Amino acid sequence: MPSVCFYFQVHQPFRLRHYTVFDKSDSYFDKIKNHQICRKVADKCYLPANRLLLDTIKRFGGEFKVSYSITGTLMEQFHKYCPEVMSTFDALAETGCVEFLAETYYHSLSFLYSRSEFVDQVFKHVDMTQKLFGQKPRVFRNTELIYNNDLANTIEAMGQFDAIIIEGADKILWGRSPNFLYQPPNSKHVKLLLKNYLLSDDIAFRFSNRSWKEYPLFADKFARWINRINGNGNVVNLFMDYETFGEHQWEDTGIFDFIRELPGQILQNPDNNFLTPSEVIDRYDAVDTVDVPHTISWADAERDLTAWLGNAMQSNALHAVYRIEGMIKEARDERLIKDWRKLQTSDHFYYMCTKYFTDGDVHKYFSPYDSPYDSYINYMNVLSSLEKRCSALESDDELEVADTAVAV
Amino acid sequence: MYDTAGSDVGCVSVPLWGLNMKVFMLGWEFPPFISGGLGTACYGLTKAMSKLGVEVIFALPKSIDEAYSTHVKLLSPNSLAWRPRMNLGVEIIEGQERTDVVYDRLRNVQFHEIESMLEPYNRPEHYIERFEDYIRQKRLSRSKDGDILSDFDDFGDYSNDSDSGDYCGNMFQEIHRYAGSAVRLAVHEDFDVIHAHDWMTYPAGIAIAAVTGKPLVVHVHSTEFDRSGEHVNQVIYDIERKGMHSADKVITVSHLTRNIVISRYGVIGEKCEVVYNGVELNSNGPQSINRTGIRSNEKIVLFLGRITMQKGPEYFLQAAKRVLGEMDNVKFVMAGSGDMMNSIIEMAAGMGIGDKVLFTGFLRGKDVQRVYEMADLYVMPSVSEPFGIAPLEALNHDVPVLISNQSGVAEVLTHALKVDFWDVDEMANKILAVLKYPPLQMTLREHGNFEVRKLRWEDAAENCAKIYGDVMMRTIPAY
Repeated sequence: MPSVCFYFQVHQPFRLRHYTVFDKSDSYFDKIKNHQICRKVADKCYLPANRLLLDTIKRFGGEFKVSYSITGTLMEQFHKYCPEVMSTFDALAETGCVEFLAETYYHSLSFLYSRSEFVDQVFKHVDMTQKLFGQKPRVFRNTELIYNNDLANTIEAMGQFDAIIIEGADKILWGRSPNFLYQPPNSKHVKLLLKNYLLSDDIAFRFSNRSWKEYPLFADKFARWINRINGNGNVVNLFMDYETFGEHQWEDTGIFDFIRELPGQILQNPDNNFLTPSEVIDRYDAVDTVDVPHTISWADAERDLTAWLGNAMQSNALHAVYRIEGMIKEARDERLIKDWRKLQTSDHFYYMCTKYFTDGDVHKYFSPYDSPYDSYINYMNVLSSLEKRCSALESDDELEVADTAVAV
Repeated sequence: MYDTAGSDVGCVSVPLWGLNMKVFMLGWEFPPFISGGLGTACYGLTKAMSKLGVEVIFALPKSIDEAYSTHVKLLSPNSLAWRPRMNLGVEIIEGQERTDVVYDRLRNVQFHEIESMLEPYNRPEHYIERFEDYIRQKRLSRSKDGDILSDFDDFGDYSNDSDSGDYCGNMFQEIHRYAGSAVRLAVHEDFDVIHAHDWMTYPAGIAIAAVTGKPLVVHVHSTEFDRSGEHVNQVIYDIERKGMHSADKVITVSHLTRNIVISRYGVIGEKCEVVYNGVELNSNGPQSINRTGIRSNEKIVLFLGRITMQKGPEYFLQAAKRVLGEMDNVKFVMAGSGDMMNSIIEMAAGMGIGDKVLFTGFLRGKDVQRVYEMADLYVMPSVSEPFGIAPLEALNHDVPVLISNQSGVAEVLTHALKVDFWDVDEMANKILAVLKYPPLQMTLREHGNFEVRKLRWEDAAENCAKIYGDVMMRTIPAY
């Protein structure tokens, strides 16, 4: 002890194209930009990182393990733009040292707005994972680690999952350590894996920060920090965006060398090992309950929902997209439903965030728009076009019904 | 870089920029003689400087247009010649209401007026028209008096000009006469630095610098390229260029303008400093809260500014036309006057949206406040706007703004909608979004009003004072 559990989030949204109120087209997504970004991130991150991890797993003969969740929106883009990435994930799946977790297929905030849509999207993702990697996920992670007690109940009721991955936020731990398993209140069997945000963010955010007092971070130093937990924790959960490797932290920061060295350094101490989330829950028991009445996430310093739901525009856009759920589903048009679901991806709402916008921070870095206002305008124009399409379909249906009635 | 300059001098210690500084400032207009942003800028800047402890002597050409004097009285209105320095007390009469404005915070500012028909934003042709009007009026009112021009003799004669018969008929000569008069005023004053605002005062600034040996700072609020596009008036360009090259420092109101100064006027970059304008905070803030209750269901989109090429009024109309194609209950208000007013009115009629576009003419004081309170969105489609204070005032009145990317203020505002002035589709797209989606308007207003509070004249004044300190140290002879 302790075990080290790596989990990587792998996601890209379908970015919208510039869509004005005068546009009449029903193609909403920026194929060129999405292709370019998918290609770029594949070359900088997905391909080299997959190759590196595959090598490392082979080098340690099954001692090194990691886990992923890959969103449906990115899988579809891999399929279209970079099919070779899919085969490298496939190769990883075949090592037996890689676990795939479940999440909402569209990386959506549906849990907050529509339970039935949420459940549909989770099953859609489970199906995809099973089909592509031959694994039935046992562990669930919600979009952006958004979580509360209610989510635990919903997930447990789905009868599919044994654990949920959540943020080890101070405000839910009250001084307890994130390096143990916990359980939600009133839970029968679902366990919680809590992200050790200090150690995770040392890699994900601070790694290349020259003003950080621990800079530069090498694998031996990081392994010493892990060793320090020995005797005071069962598992260190290192959860981060996969794009940390090569995209957020560029190759020249030494991030790939770091990850190449890290398993050897950690395994030098015979008490340490690497486990996947399922192995963690099989090996350890929950030590306590964590009560999360208010919703938490892994975003920003606040660890709350304000990155997607912090201003009137975001709230309006989210309500607007879920308001038309019934109407969209009734139309029974496959393309319409797909477009509507792609519009649920949390990134669209993240771009509308006005928090820190003036300071030009991380939110701006990830946004394809010049300002949160532009993203809101674009989104609402697309949504209103979608709604118009839907109403047009409905009135067509009515006409058909009328026609048949006449014929009869 | 000021720090470096300071350490070179070493022993000169100025604990606070601005203390013990005295500046001779040359302007065109000052409230309440305002026809544009320049007067607002001079007012805000001098007010903040005065707070900072910088003493300002402000010389401006006092217009002799009778229309202004009905609104405004200056102290000792019968004094036409050089007035000895006076402390400013201005009375403003607006409508029926008479307000005594106590310029408390301007206690360090002295005003001198030089009689002249100089007015900002005028073209030389307009000047000649105005001059002829003036002569005609004088002829009518004082037909006995044979020598009309005796009035002008009091202005301070510019004795180098032998042909006194027509010098006033030429704007450029007027500028030089203003310069000559300003020099005569300046030699009786004690000051550290000369600060000239825009081209009409540059010759005066250069002359004063030559006579007194004091450093000259020119402040570029606008260039000939902004006002005239590519059809520059060569004489004005030459005056601007000479002013910038003679100056020890050139202050520009944005990076946009700084780039023009460097690329079009050949001024070296090190000499140019950007000092952004600020905004006077709206003191009647709470008023605007209850306006929602009195609004009808009609939306109002506001254009407020001179109706002239530089401000892009025709793009506003083109966008309006497109908006009206999607939405009916909108009115487009064009507040302002200008040389394109008639053609824009005709254009609106020709586009078939004449009933949706309202022209208010030039607005002042309370009327400006009122029109802001009615507006759902302020649009500034400027083709070339060195800064643009008006959007800040709109935000200050809780009105969200859509500004062109071709404006200096776009550099400082993040909580604003931005568009290229020629992209009328996108302009209409954004106008429609604001009118259709209240959350957008709400978020823009909330953040914009907060952001605008950070743009303070105090910072602009402090930056100017630093620049004064810089040029003053450079002109201190080495011992």
